Amino acid sequence: MSGLQIIFILVAALTLGAGLLAVTVRNLVHAALWLILALFGVAIFFVLLNAGFLAVAQVVVYIGAIAILMIFAIMLTQQVASYKGTQLNANWIWSAFIAVVVFAGLAWILSSWSGFSTLPPEMSARADPLRQLGSALVSPTAYVIPFEVASVLLLAALIGAIIIAWDRK
Amino acid sequence: MGDPVTFIAQWLENLLLGWGLSPQWVTILMTIIGVAAIAIFVLLVDILLVWVERKVVARFQDRLGPNRLGPFGLIQPIADVIKLLIKEDITPIGADRIVYNLPPIIALATVLMLWAVIPLAPTIVGTDLDVGVLYVVALGALGTLGIIMAGWASNNKYALIGAFRTVAQMVSYEVPMVIAVMVPVLLAGTMGINSIVFAQSPVWYVVVAPVAALILFISAIAELGRAPFDLAEAESEIVAGFHIEYTGMKFGMFYAGELLHALTISGLVASLFLGGWRGPGAEAYPILGVVYFFMKAFFLYWAIMWIKYSLPRIRIDHMLNFNWKFLTPLALIVLIVTAILDKLFAGFPEWLYVVGMLLANLVIIWLTVQILRNRAKVERKRVAEPGPIAAPQNPSVSSTSS
Repeated sequence: MSGLQIIFILVAALTLGAGLLAVTVRNLVHAALWLILALFGVAIFFVLLNAGFLAVAQVVVYIGAIAILMIFAIMLTQQVASYKGTQLNANWIWSAFIAVVVFAGLAWILSSWSGFSTLPPEMSARADPLRQLGSALVSPTAYVIPFEVASVLLLAALIGAIIIAWDRK
Repeated sequence: MGDPVTFIAQWLENLLLGWGLSPQWVTILMTIIGVAAIAIFVLLVDILLVWVERKVVARFQDRLGPNRLGPFGLIQPIADVIKLLIKEDITPIGADRIVYNLPPIIALATVLMLWAVIPLAPTIVGTDLDVGVLYVVALGALGTLGIIMAGWASNNKYALIGAFRTVAQMVSYEVPMVIAVMVPVLLAGTMGINSIVFAQSPVWYVVVAPVAALILFISAIAELGRAPFDLAEAESEIVAGFHIEYTGMKFGMFYAGELLHALTISGLVASLFLGGWRGPGAEAYPILGVVYFFMKAFFLYWAIMWIKYSLPRIRIDHMLNFNWKFLTPLALIVLIVTAILDKLFAGFPEWLYVVGMLLANLVIIWLTVQILRNRAKVERKRVAEPGPIAAPQNPSVSSTSS
């Protein structure tokens, strides 16, 4: 077993454990902090895959924006740390069933995937994945349409926020 | 001879290889030694910063500052550290123990981690990450997280208010900061900080993009949470904000983190806009680059202190308005203009490019000042108008007056 594999197993255990705790812990703030640890674990996976840009983007977007807004919302909720009720509602059996079916389906699809046994190709030192990603996002033969659609969506959200906050005299 | 750090590193590497260690282990060991060396060096500078801070604020306030221990009071920070270390460590009742104890570590660690990408000299750089600029932004987000955790876990309402203010401020000022950082990235065509320093060869980017430099500097002060943006601490309103309950060395770590963060951000702005280690002879003798880098960083650090001790605290609605209605639109305009001109001037000779960029920035500054002047005129007129006279609450009157 190489050093990289040991690191991978450790990080995978950390990510999964943190993810599990995020949904089982009673204190909502703790749950959000465990979620942040799980997201951070995913960022480490990107680093292990030589995808530095995705790792940093993961931290900026998920931890820097989404998780902090979630914590903010949780903190504004009253008496959130002392909630003593049940953590499940009446539909838990159905959701458990759907979760198991989806997991089994994904496992079945992935079991025939060849990617498990192939090794990652060696990256040459001159390769610049960041530049390639950048030009692929604006190249008409690659991802320019999804990229622009996402931009329009974000622009619409921005304008919507301004309209909501507009102070009509 | 001009590069002792690389020389020592090479000597140590050969020594370890000579002892029969495998190259893989030597690389790991050298990395650990490098990290430890940079961290220790930076923390030693941090101790000096306590003295610098106290001495400079004293001069701004027409005092002498520390002057009893050692020459010019230079031993004072050591006494400060000893005092902090032997203070009682208190955990408030009802505090969330683990979440309460993590933030001081996060506050200092995120700042220390920034030094991994800051180039001290052309050859003395932790790692020239190809996403260096974004890495800095990501670490800023983690620092914010530490402050929120501190504010929440302290089980104190002032701490929580401080944390809320911090979130509002950090999330807002991140926007113009990132847009302003995009300008040197665009000019250099890379996100690696050392590559950006290398790209500033004829002139520093502060000449080509002065507006972006100013926006970055202002929003960096806000990210630091220093006056006039120190709403998160605001000792006269919410006592000390998020670190109200921390005592002894835990408070010391927040304090050290804040001082070091200021120097780190100064170094970053210096690298992005003031040419970092660039100066006469820095390419041939990298050790000179370290001197130039710290001269520029400390100049900006001094400017931050100058602003901190000269301006009163900004009000929270003004703080948000200033960001969203002034800095962010200005940053967007500068980015768009820079991107267009960069393509337009692409084939032109170097001096024309620089002059054109500088003129464009001056035009932007002139337009901004004109708009602000008009705005101030309208505002003054509005304030000068006699206000409505208070009338007793009466349904019939209120319906006609509105």
